[in-house]
Amino acid sequence: MIHVEHVSKTFGTHQVLGNVDFTIKPGLMTGFVGGNGAGKTTTMRILLGVLDPSEGRVTVDGSPITPAYRAGIGYMPEERGLYPKMPVLEQIVYLARLHGVSKPAATAKAEELLERLGLGERMKDPLESLSLGNQQRAQIVAALTHNPHALVLDEPFSGLDPMAVENTLEVLRDVADTGAPVLFSSHQLDVVERLCDELVIIADGEIRAAGSRQDIRDANTVPAWDLHADADTGWVRGLTGIEVTEFDGGFVRFRADSPQAADTVLRQAIERGTVHSFTPVRPHLTEIFQEVIR
Amino acid sequence: MSTTPAPASADRQVDYQTGRVGFWKAASIVAGREISVKLRSKAFVIATVIMLAFVIAAIILAPRLGGLFDQGGTVATTGDLSSVVSEVTDDEIMEVADAQAARDAIAAGDADSAVVASEDGDGFLVIAEREMPQSLVEALSVAPEVELLDPNAPNPFLAMFIALGFGVVWFSSALTFGNQTANSVVEEKQTRIVEMLLASVSAKALLTGKVMGSSIIAIAQVTLIGIAAVIGGVASGNQIVLDGLAEPILWFIPLFAVGFVMISALYAAGASLVSRTEDIPSTTQPITWLLTLPYMAIVLFFSNQTALQVMSYIPFSAPVAVPVRLFYGTTEWWEPVLSLAIMIVTTGLLILFSAKVYERALLRTGKALKWKEALSSKS
Repeated sequence: MIHVEHVSKTFGTHQVLGNVDFTIKPGLMTGFVGGNGAGKTTTMRILLGVLDPSEGRVTVDGSPITPAYRAGIGYMPEERGLYPKMPVLEQIVYLARLHGVSKPAATAKAEELLERLGLGERMKDPLESLSLGNQQRAQIVAALTHNPHALVLDEPFSGLDPMAVENTLEVLRDVADTGAPVLFSSHQLDVVERLCDELVIIADGEIRAAGSRQDIRDANTVPAWDLHADADTGWVRGLTGIEVTEFDGGFVRFRADSPQAADTVLRQAIERGTVHSFTPVRPHLTEIFQEVIR
Repeated sequence: MSTTPAPASADRQVDYQTGRVGFWKAASIVAGREISVKLRSKAFVIATVIMLAFVIAAIILAPRLGGLFDQGGTVATTGDLSSVVSEVTDDEIMEVADAQAARDAIAAGDADSAVVASEDGDGFLVIAEREMPQSLVEALSVAPEVELLDPNAPNPFLAMFIALGFGVVWFSSALTFGNQTANSVVEEKQTRIVEMLLASVSAKALLTGKVMGSSIIAIAQVTLIGIAAVIGGVASGNQIVLDGLAEPILWFIPLFAVGFVMISALYAAGASLVSRTEDIPSTTQPITWLLTLPYMAIVLFFSNQTALQVMSYIPFSAPVAVPVRLFYGTTEWWEPVLSLAIMIVTTGLLILFSAKVYERALLRTGKALKWKEALSSKS
């Protein structure tokens, strides 16, 4: 387990991170969500040792992270970068060799990954001749070829078409399934919502929420229900222990002190006419996110 | 659990050892890439071939250039003098009956000049149409006694050409390869690949690898040129190369090698301060002056022994000044050794300086940094 412990970072007088503290659990995909300038990239750079924290530290299973451990992390920086004029396969092998993988092993692994991500035909082409989406895939392969024991990926899905997102996900899942902790940031909240086991939400350099998707949802969900019925639902307003938040003819959204109180509403609704639907409100990650970072 | 990576799956066990790669291993992988990129660059290969061809051609053709203009001469002479004349000239001999026949032959264009017995009988008469045939006249004249104080003193023109030759090779290689190192640094910064590189290797290893790579290529190119010059000299029997230049060339190569490492490290550091290729000159200008000024000084003071001596102890001009002094033969045996030692020490210090700048500036993007800013800032 990787633990970012009470990390702060100050550039000059400007504090970018304040007491950032969260964990990345082995075998799980942890989504790192935050607006522009929230501190995601800085946090990732500190994790990788590209930057030093002003305060705090990063530990792995309780001991301070070592250069050897860091060298085994698969890293995809926010600012994409590969050599434009160098053939795809060759530069991926080069990067893997800098991670200590032998040339034949790196070549075999890179070829396998490039095939899986649909770049099998383009391995010998210079990077700059590839479309941006394909360059992005090459970048992902570059982060995975040295068989990393952990992944830190900054916006791995940006610029990928839905098919490529699926392929990439599958590859990342495979890595997580080997027991590697995986951290990735994304602006695409729907993607994060769908595939993250854990979530870390950062805003203004501070962690606003962290934990499993369900925990965060539970913590940020005010118990509320939606009721669709044939008849006008204005009568709901008069009930005790019920607070109507939205109302439109046959539709009402209300908060209730307890599920039992909500059930009372349902019972009365059935007595008054046909009920089309009665559901607890589950906010989307987008809504929670907006709520949390406010 | 320890933090050393334990293989979590059979897939990862293979022959991978994911610990951090050693310094020299990393540096040599980086150097290997620099070299392979360069060797595959058509521009580099073509430039090298042209330079080699030029050097070989200059060495083989130079001694023959003079002969080109004298060719095809024919000297008319009478039968009794032909043996004398053939001894003093390489021109073709044409036998004629007498002085009048010789004049007719020249007028007709059959001969360029003629040597006949003078009318009083105890000397020669040289006949030509319009111009005095200099070499023939000299060959037949009685020369005054000449005393040469130093018959082996180097020809000043030759010395100038040699100073220029070493100067051009040093200046142009250092400038070209230095700028290429700079470009390669900025390319990594501009494409942001540097962030991925730094996640696996240290900035020092990266810098070392780059400097090693470009130095190996530059030194190989210069050595190739040096070997071509010596082989060309041997093949064509060019005595200038064989007698006077072998030693200067032998010294030039190590001086160049050390000097180049120094220049290349400085260029890398200068380039790390900027984020875009267009901005490279703004920080590498001072280094370019360090190359240009000594070059101009050598061209101006190639015959001034004191100036040469001073320049042979300044690391930026030593690679040219030392070989030129060796050509003049005015050095003590230990002087080139001292020059080399000074260069090695300076280079070591400048590499430390460059590594510091490089390390601190590499991840700073945006506006170009000043040298001072990089040195005073803590990342």
